[in-house]
Amino acid sequence: MTVERKSILIKGGHLIDPAAKINAPMDLLLRDGRVAEVAAPNKIHGADEKFDARGLIVAPGFIDLHVHLREPGQNYKETVASGTAAAAAGGFTSVCTMPNTVPVVDTAEWVSWLKHPERGAVVNVFPIAAATKGSKGGTLTDFAALQRAGAVAVTDDGKPILDDDIMRMALRLGAELNIPVVQHAEDTRMTENCSMHAGPTSFRLGLRAASAAAEANVVDRDVTLAQQIRESRLHVAHLSTSDALKAVRLGKRAKARVTCEVTPHHFTLIDENVGQYDTNCKMNPPLRSAADREAILVALADGTVDAIATDHAPHAAHEKVVEFERAAFGITGLETALGLAVTQLHREHKIPLTRIVELFTSGPGRVFDLHERGTLLRGSFADLTIFDPKKRWTYEAAKSVSLSQNTPFDGWQLTGKVIATMVGGKFVYRAA
Amino acid sequence: MNMPARGSLLGIEHLETKEIQGLLNLARRMNPQKSRPLLRGKRVVLLFYEASTRTRTSFEFAAKALGATTTLVQSSGSSIEKGESVIDTGYTLRAVGADCIVMRHPSAGAPHLMASHLDIPIVNAGDGMHEHPSQALLDALTILKHKRSFKALQATIIGDIFHSRVARSACHLLTRFGVKVVLCGPPELVPDVSASLVPGLRVTRHIEDALRGTDVVMLLRVQKERLAGQKIRLQDYIAKYQMTVARVKLAKRDAIVMHPGPIIRGLELTAEVADGPQSVIVDEVHNGVPTRMAILARALGRGK
Repeated sequence: MTVERKSILIKGGHLIDPAAKINAPMDLLLRDGRVAEVAAPNKIHGADEKFDARGLIVAPGFIDLHVHLREPGQNYKETVASGTAAAAAGGFTSVCTMPNTVPVVDTAEWVSWLKHPERGAVVNVFPIAAATKGSKGGTLTDFAALQRAGAVAVTDDGKPILDDDIMRMALRLGAELNIPVVQHAEDTRMTENCSMHAGPTSFRLGLRAASAAAEANVVDRDVTLAQQIRESRLHVAHLSTSDALKAVRLGKRAKARVTCEVTPHHFTLIDENVGQYDTNCKMNPPLRSAADREAILVALADGTVDAIATDHAPHAAHEKVVEFERAAFGITGLETALGLAVTQLHREHKIPLTRIVELFTSGPGRVFDLHERGTLLRGSFADLTIFDPKKRWTYEAAKSVSLSQNTPFDGWQLTGKVIATMVGGKFVYRAA
Repeated sequence: MNMPARGSLLGIEHLETKEIQGLLNLARRMNPQKSRPLLRGKRVVLLFYEASTRTRTSFEFAAKALGATTTLVQSSGSSIEKGESVIDTGYTLRAVGADCIVMRHPSAGAPHLMASHLDIPIVNAGDGMHEHPSQALLDALTILKHKRSFKALQATIIGDIFHSRVARSACHLLTRFGVKVVLCGPPELVPDVSASLVPGLRVTRHIEDALRGTDVVMLLRVQKERLAGQKIRLQDYIAKYQMTVARVKLAKRDAIVMHPGPIIRGLELTAEVADGPQSVIVDEVHNGVPTRMAILARALGRGK
């Protein structure tokens, strides 16, 4: 990405930078793609350009640890260009891409390919590479080479690593290289043909369903391994159950390097929202029980959860407008994440905005060691998300810049809207 | 996505009580022997993605008894085999002139998907493990013919509730009329969550408890493969849950024994019970045609 040469002053806004422990009115001067100065209002003068941020929150650029941009191979669902445009519209300045593409991103070449300017990314792309070749669970990939090419983590997302030995080896190698192993925690031996969460709703609808234990068992095992293997780093993707949270808490208490993320749909919706077979409420992990959602809300507030991640999973209409059991898993999420967080977490559940910003910035930044991002300390990258926490708006999927529209939030009225997104000191999105 | 067309029958759960009542009253008045050309000129497509004997033939006879033309479309020997989607098949059938589609599908919710895209009534003839509304209606008709009313009745459903669309529809229908419903079987086939389906259900593992004082005994087919899958020994199931003459005696003296079929003699029930004086299994099949006549008449706006 090119660097903005002109200096720009972000003036009159309220800065929330949890990493720098700032929650106050501040002006920011951005120059050469970096934060040049942070100062009390009206102290900075002489910028080439000004942005009026009165009434707005100025935050470090949001980081999404979990997106599917579908390239290489499935560009009818999404591309790096369209997906990062959706990210920018949602306030994300950095996205970490999942490797379950066609082919699987399991080589340094594919990692470099994803980062190549020809992909047309408008925000930073940090690839997560496959942990095993072809994500087949057999042989580990070359973590060192992948890391050198720019991979920030490894995972077999969608195809969990169930074999104890392989997981142990992945964590050991990850520990040596200081690279996190991301686990999609699902014991697939327990979830064959399952299309939603097991409970009264799945029984009523006559759908085969996955128990919470299918997730919790794997998280239990992984946390145990992470405690045994010194310096290993385990990141639990899209955690969705109360029992899995318990395992993560145990690991954290034991000082293991265990982190986890939660999606906006899991803190907003529950299994009952599947209604009459709404395939836009079909994702993996599935929407869980009301009790699981409550546990997630508590964990978001108390610090157990490290990051909000969207699991943005675009699919074409022909993959979603089919029988529920045949429908593809996943929903889009980049454009609705902030609105859902402010509406559900801040307004409904009184979680402070500072904590919400932390979950989008310094929290995820730490999980994958994205240095000088997730904060606006002087010298950091000038990645900014400027949002209006009080603005009410209606999400219209048809107007999405993503190539896909598989969202359960079409037509939802949300509070909290992104006004501008900046990457490297340049605007990549401005609200109309 | 649209509301289902008027006259659609997707399940019992969301059907209003007075509509159920109306269908049952209409079914009582239908006589398969005396043809009534209520649906003359109408085209009814029987779209079956899954095997069926009773449901398919009785819908076909019902449509013909009302003067409609029918055609059968099955997955094999049609474009479904070539990968045509449910909705595209629906659009095609609509375009060739179907006025109503009676649909059986192995996926729960498939008729709902069809109904949300087509402007003609869709009748669910069984979707996965979800619902089988015409079966529940014909069973209700059978009970009414033997018991006059649902008042103060208890019904006991025994067997593989978990996999059964018949059980789900029956629970919705019977509890709506105040019938106390007891579900009985091993936890693998009758999970505790079954009781959450609708208020008025009770789950028990003991067949004596389930049968004592009951008015209606409804048995479900038990598939050997499913028992094996759940690691239940066939002999154990038979010992604990098979309906025998001795067990029928635990129910009320005038209790009726029902089964949606196909029955497996020697598994969920003995031949003596199947052919015994309290068995109304053949009656149920018999009531299938007038019930489905009522469903089709309602679907096509002639249900007055």
